[in-house]
Amino acid sequence: MVDQLIQQLLWPIIFILCITVPLIIAVAMFVYWERKVIGWMHVRLGPNKIGPFGLLQAFADVVKLLIKEVILPTNANKFLYYLAPLLALIPALAAWAVVPFSSKMVLSNANAGVLYLLAMTSLGVYGIILAGWASNSRYALLGAMRSAAQVISYELAMGLCLVCVLVLAGSLNLTDIVNAQAGHKGLFNWYWLPLLPVFVIYFISGVAETNRAPFDVAEGESEIVAGFHVEYSGSAFAIFFLAEYANMILISFLASILFMGGWLSPLQGVITADVSPWVNWIWTGGFIWLFIKAFLFAFMFLWFRATFPRYRYDQIMRLGWKVLIPIAIVWVLVAGCMKYYGWVGVGMGA
Amino acid sequence: MNPQLFQLICFYAFSFVTVAAALSVITLRNTVHAVLALVLTFFSTACLWMLAEAEFLALALIVVYVGAVMVLFLFVVMMLDIDQEKMREGFVKFLPVGLIVALAMLAEMLGLIGVRAMHVQIMGANPATVAGMSNTAWLGRALYTQYLLPFEIAALILTVGVVAAVALTLRQRGDMRHESASQQVAVNPRDRIRIVKMASERPAGESPATPQESKP
Repeated sequence: MVDQLIQQLLWPIIFILCITVPLIIAVAMFVYWERKVIGWMHVRLGPNKIGPFGLLQAFADVVKLLIKEVILPTNANKFLYYLAPLLALIPALAAWAVVPFSSKMVLSNANAGVLYLLAMTSLGVYGIILAGWASNSRYALLGAMRSAAQVISYELAMGLCLVCVLVLAGSLNLTDIVNAQAGHKGLFNWYWLPLLPVFVIYFISGVAETNRAPFDVAEGESEIVAGFHVEYSGSAFAIFFLAEYANMILISFLASILFMGGWLSPLQGVITADVSPWVNWIWTGGFIWLFIKAFLFAFMFLWFRATFPRYRYDQIMRLGWKVLIPIAIVWVLVAGCMKYYGWVGVGMGA
Repeated sequence: MNPQLFQLICFYAFSFVTVAAALSVITLRNTVHAVLALVLTFFSTACLWMLAEAEFLALALIVVYVGAVMVLFLFVVMMLDIDQEKMREGFVKFLPVGLIVALAMLAEMLGLIGVRAMHVQIMGANPATVAGMSNTAWLGRALYTQYLLPFEIAALILTVGVVAAVALTLRQRGDMRHESASQQVAVNPRDRIRIVKMASERPAGESPATPQESKP
C-alpha cells in the first residue's frame, strides 16, 4: 500500500518539482539576462550592483515583490481579482508536463501532446481577461480586450502551423515529432527547411501569444499604462510576470522541438565517431542541444523587444488574419503534398 | 490504491464538479460568474471524457469551447451593462411558461432514459484499443474513411454558417474611411517630400558679423 502510494504519488510530484523549480529559477535568470541584453543594446550597463555582475538582482526583485502589499482596488471583484493571477500561472506551468527534454526525459509521454499544449496555451487568456475585468479599471479592461482578441487570432495561425508539423511527422506525440526529424543530413533533416514559412509564422504567433514586443499592445505603456495588470502589485504582479516569462521559455522550447529537431544534434549523421560519453552528445544529440536552441529563441524575444517599435492594433489584426493565416493554410496543403509524394521522409529512412 | 478505485474516485469528483458548476450557471446572479461556471462545466466534462479514454475529444473540447468560444462569450458578457433588477421584473409572469417547458423536457429525458434502460446493451470494447492505436489516430482514420461524407457535410454546414454570419453583420457605411495597408507600405519617401539642397543664405544688406536682431 505504502509502496504503491510512493510509486503513484510521490515520484510524479518529485518529477514535477524537478521541472517547475528550475523553470522558476530560469525565469529569474531570464529576467536578469533580458535587462542585461537590452542594456547592452541601449549602450547601458544594465543591473550590476547586487551580487557579482548584478546576478542576484532578479532574486532581490522577487523578495521585494513578495514582501509588498497586494492592493485591492475599490469596487474590484475580490474573488476574481485574486483568482486571475493563478489562472494565468497554472496553464503556463501545466504545459511543461508534455515537453520532452531528451529521448527519455519526459514527464508525460502523452499521445496527444500537441493538442494538450494547444489546450493549455489557450487557457492562459482567462487570467488576462479576468484580471482586466475584475480590477474595475478602464485601462485594465482595455488591455484585457486587446489581449483576448490578439491571442484568439494568433492561436489560429499557430494551430495551422502545428497542423503542418503533424502532417509531416504523422504523430501528435512530441517525442515522435522530434524522432521524425532524425536523419543523416544534419540540420537539413529538421522541419524548418520544408516548413520555412510556417516556422517563421509559428515564432511570430508565439511572440504575439505571449503579448511580447512588438505585439505588446495588451500592456502598451504609452497608451494604457500597463494594460491588464495595471492594478496589481506585490506578489500578484509577480505571478503574472512569472507566467509571462514561463510562456516565453515554453514557446522557445516548442519552436526548437517542432522545427529545429529538439535534442537532435545539427551534426547528426555527419560525424559518427565514438570518443567518450562526455563528448558523444555533440553529434548524437542530447538535452544540451535543446537548451542551446531554446536559449537562442529566447534571446530573439529580447532582441525583438530592443529592435522593433510597437505595432498598431489594427495592423496586428491585419497581419494575423490577412497575412499569416492564409500563408499557413496554403502551407498545410503544401505539407500534405510533400507527405503524399514523399518529398520529406520520416525518421532515419530519409 | 488500485487504479480502478482511483478512477472511480476521480469520476465521482469530476462529476460532482460538473453538476455543481452546471447548477451554478443558472443560479448565479452575476453574469460573468455564470459564464465562468460554464467554463468550469466544460473543463470538468473534458476531464470526464479523458477518464473515458476519449483524449482527442476532451482536448478538442478545451481548445475549441473553453479556449475560443467561451472567451468570446465572456468578452460579450463583460461589455454588457445588465440591470439586475430589470432582469428579475418578469420572473413571476414568465414562471409558468418556464415550468411547462422544463416539465416537458424532463418528461422527454426520463422517457429516453427509460427506453434505453429497457434494452440494456453491454458496451463493446474500446475500438481504439482493439485496433491497437491511440484514440486520436483511430478517430482520424474513422472520420476520413468510414464517415467521410458526414464529415464533409458537417464542414460545409459550418462554412455556410460562417458566411451567413458575415453576410448578416457586415454593414457598408458610407462615412467610413479605410486606409489600405498595402498602399501605406508601398509609399516611397521621395513621392512625399522633396529635399532641396541649397547653400545657406541671408537677407541682402546684412553683414554676418553684426546681425541687426541682436542690437537692443
